[in-house]
Amino acid sequence: MDEVQLRHLKTHVVDARGGACPGPLLETKKALTGVPVGDILETLSSDEGTKADIPVWARKTGQEYLGTVTDSGYDHIYVRRLK
Amino acid sequence: MTNEKMALVLFSGTVDKLMAAGIMTSGAVAMGMDVDIFATFWGEAALRKDMAATNQRMSKDFEDMAPMFMKAMAAKKIPSWLETLKTAKGTGNVKVHLCSMTMEIVGWKKEDFVDIVDDVVGVGSFVDMAKDADFTLFI
Repeated sequence: MDEVQLRHLKTHVVDARGGACPGPLLETKKALTGVPVGDILETLSSDEGTKADIPVWARKTGQEYLGTVTDSGYDHIYVRRLK
Repeated sequence: MTNEKMALVLFSGTVDKLMAAGIMTSGAVAMGMDVDIFATFWGEAALRKDMAATNQRMSKDFEDMAPMFMKAMAAKKIPSWLETLKTAKGTGNVKVHLCSMTMEIVGWKKEDFVDIVDDVVGVGSFVDMAKDADFTLFI
């Protein structure tokens, strides 16, 4: 998905800004259990490593990584819950 | 289906290395792995209730940088290694095993240890856990 599409998604948001690695990844993992299958989780993270880790985690756990948008010094990382 | 697993020998008891163990553990849990930690010698000492509350030791090789590091971690409100391990344990399947040999040498009892500890085992049990793990770390 491109940036415009990502920005217009209807999402459930978990705000993990300020957390150090692997905090935002753990918060994403926890938050996803509260997201209905098919819905999208948007993680807000200011940790540089997390935007590399979440795509790997999503692939490994069978979720769909949709993309990342960076602005104002933090990332919006989008994952669709598939199971 | 059995989860993938990380095995970790926690030998060191300095705060920097305990933090590394805590972060590796929570990273493994985040990635859906089980974790078996075998605490021995100084790693085991650090898990005693009295030590966990007071231990501020840092590795000698970088001790000149230690005060700066501790200050930066406090300023950024980085959770302690024990908090990190507790969170990992609350999120995934993390087991903390105490080395029976160390305990026997110095006369420690399981009730002397923080509550994240699961049991006391011999090295043979841990080697068997490590055999079934996908990788093993020694910290």
